[in-house]
Amino acid sequence: MEREFLPKIVSFLCKWCSYTGADLAGINRLQYPTSILPIKVMCSSRVDPVFVIKAYLRGADGVLIGGCHPGDCHYQDGNYHTRRRVAILKRVFELLGLEEGRIRLSWISASEGPKFARVCNEFTEVIKSLGENTTKTTIFL
Amino acid sequence: MDRLMKVNKSAELAIIDFFRLLLENDRVSGIFTLRKINKDDSVDYCLVTDENRLDEAIPFYPFMPANAGQILSRFSPMNKPVAVVIKPCELRAFIELVKREQGTLDNFLLISYSCAGVFPIIKTGDEPFEKFLPSYWETVKRGGISQGIRQTCKVCEHFLPMNADITISLIGENKLDSECKMFLNTDKAKEFAKDFEGEMLEEDLESPVINSLLTKRKGEKEDLFTELSSKYSGLDGMINIFGRCIGCHGCSRVCPICYCTLCDFESHNYDYSASILEREISQKGALRLPPDTIFFHLGRLIHMSFSCIGCGLCTEVCPANIPVSTLFIKIGEETAKMFDYIPGRNVKEAIPVTVFKEEEFAELGE
Repeated sequence: MEREFLPKIVSFLCKWCSYTGADLAGINRLQYPTSILPIKVMCSSRVDPVFVIKAYLRGADGVLIGGCHPGDCHYQDGNYHTRRRVAILKRVFELLGLEEGRIRLSWISASEGPKFARVCNEFTEVIKSLGENTTKTTIFL
Repeated sequence: MDRLMKVNKSAELAIIDFFRLLLENDRVSGIFTLRKINKDDSVDYCLVTDENRLDEAIPFYPFMPANAGQILSRFSPMNKPVAVVIKPCELRAFIELVKREQGTLDNFLLISYSCAGVFPIIKTGDEPFEKFLPSYWETVKRGGISQGIRQTCKVCEHFLPMNADITISLIGENKLDSECKMFLNTDKAKEFAKDFEGEMLEEDLESPVINSLLTKRKGEKEDLFTELSSKYSGLDGMINIFGRCIGCHGCSRVCPICYCTLCDFESHNYDYSASILEREISQKGALRLPPDTIFFHLGRLIHMSFSCIGCGLCTEVCPANIPVSTLFIKIGEETAKMFDYIPGRNVKEAIPVTVFKEEEFAELGE
């Protein structure tokens, strides 16, 4: 019997907003795929694009970066920097013909538990339509 | 109209005379220029302080043994002024390094020129490029693309210097062997050149010859990019292009923009422990070792491509002949375009990843 493909999604969540939002989603017993792997970071701007590439090349089907809404950053402007970096990252992926759709940036505040669940569900569906990441079986990377 | 000084000597002799004067009058403590080093005609950058050692200076020799911008950043700030002859791309590299606090512009008299490109680094056993030199200089006078120069130079659009104190006009100058046009762009340049004898004129550096050369190079670039993009699309494309990489990281060592002495990719941060290796192999059935080749190149592209000044040294030093610079120039142009950025254009222009605008990229993140 063939198992249904459940995408592995590595998510970098900022401590102040998105991670707390994810917590809230759990407390409210909201349903979202179990294949989301949360990594707590102090700020979304702590995420060096290299982390995202690493996850992508090591076989993550999707990479989610969650931060505070623009203007709400605990450190004033960290998320603006994140946005620029993700913009560059996605553009480079696009230019190289890599799947930039596997990278997603979302603003999830601490009170947005339902939004966190929605983003996870939506993103999982998007990745399902993209299929498994071929880096999982590529020998040379 | 730009202010220029015309000297009735060949460009090379005129500039060496200028250096002599600067050294004699103690206006500068040294001259940084290309110079013959040994009897076997090897050419390297040299900091000359003794005017008798200027005889073998060849400031406009079409050769780039290292990125001079990188070298300058290592010995700035200087206590006393130094006159520097530097190619436009190297100067842009230096400006990028100054932005990164890896050097200062103080005490440098920056002399650059309209650059017609350089020849590849000669590897042992290669035939020297001396035989191309006469035709090279003829092509410079005509404003064409010379035979034998590096691919990166053939497609370079920024061959007129930005931020130079003095610009020497070479491209399209028919009387290159008998007269030298020095454009004095800054007050600093005028101050340094005031004792130098020459006829003051007003003229534009940009000429129809330069514009037609720009068009030719743009055409070359388009052809090169089209050829490359057919080979490097997607993950398979990346494997095609970097499959030969031996992981020496030479491209990042010579890169003036990759200035970090503690480069993340040189660290052990991303090493595979035995347990990670086992897991990878059990999933894939085999693994190319050492791993992380594409990780390294992709990481570099994302970290600094927008500042790539296209000097082409990465391709030059690649032992596997990977067209690193072509890829970096193409991707870098696009990432720089996102922020209307031109690396090395202005020292006050902030590096894209250090600043932001509140209203930009609203479509990203929802």
